[in-house]
Amino acid sequence: MENFTPVSALIGGGLIGLASGLYLLLNGRIAGISGILGGLLTPTKGGSAVFERLAFVIGLVVGPFILMNATEIAAQSVVTSSLPVIIVAGLLVGLGTTIGSGCTSGHGICGLSRFSLRSLVATLSFMAAGFVTVLVTRHLMGGM
Amino acid sequence: MRTIVSLICGMIFGFGLYISGMIDPQKVLGFLDIWAIADGGWDPSLAFVMGGGLAVAIPIFQFAKNRTEAVCGGEMSLPTNRAITTKLIAGGLLFGTGWGLVGYCPGPALSALAFGHTDTIIFVVAMIVGMGGARAAGLNK
Repeated sequence: MENFTPVSALIGGGLIGLASGLYLLLNGRIAGISGILGGLLTPTKGGSAVFERLAFVIGLVVGPFILMNATEIAAQSVVTSSLPVIIVAGLLVGLGTTIGSGCTSGHGICGLSRFSLRSLVATLSFMAAGFVTVLVTRHLMGGM
Repeated sequence: MRTIVSLICGMIFGFGLYISGMIDPQKVLGFLDIWAIADGGWDPSLAFVMGGGLAVAIPIFQFAKNRTEAVCGGEMSLPTNRAITTKLIAGGLLFGTGWGLVGYCPGPALSALAFGHTDTIIFVVAMIVGMGGARAAGLNK
């Protein structure tokens, strides 16, 4: 387990939990990234909600940008998949989170923090599919 | 005010994804590869991210969910749908398959745009097309 980073994982996770909690407490909204992004595609709740969603998405990109340029904290984001796999995966993530009404943040962090059984079922569904997909691509097909 | 709060919450969320390493799909795939437990190559970090996240979020959520109004004004917009449906599970399975293929879920994919990699941009565009298509077909209802 040479790649295991428990301390940074706990600190980073705590920040994600803090952001989700503050968003609910201060703005009264669930910090579900797929919902926030998806809502921008079909804006229905008036102008201010659009700006709030857009601001959250901008913050998501600006936060890491600040850390990588203004601090010594290093990180990377490595994609090893081929172009067709990247496109299919992106489509599946967009389609699946829309059909299933949420992703790792909305169901996984926010839903479980509300003790929602619905979100627990959703979380177990995408975790199970993730485990099986990695089993198939890494171990049965020898990497994609 | 609400827009500034959104920006700051997004930034803190992005800090968390960056510091936790979840911005890197290889970290995520290292967790999803539970078959690597046998040879000692498994990376349980993602479980610690979830644990750290829930440890902070649960007390705030339990406090906040009884409020009638958000601190910055406006309603508390909590989900009311409790139905466990085939659609919920099917969506989760489709999402999890895409997640396991590349290692990006929506938050880390957006945050990783900060690196400016072409692969990340292509993934995000495909994800938005998938979301838009599903919404256009009324599948978000």
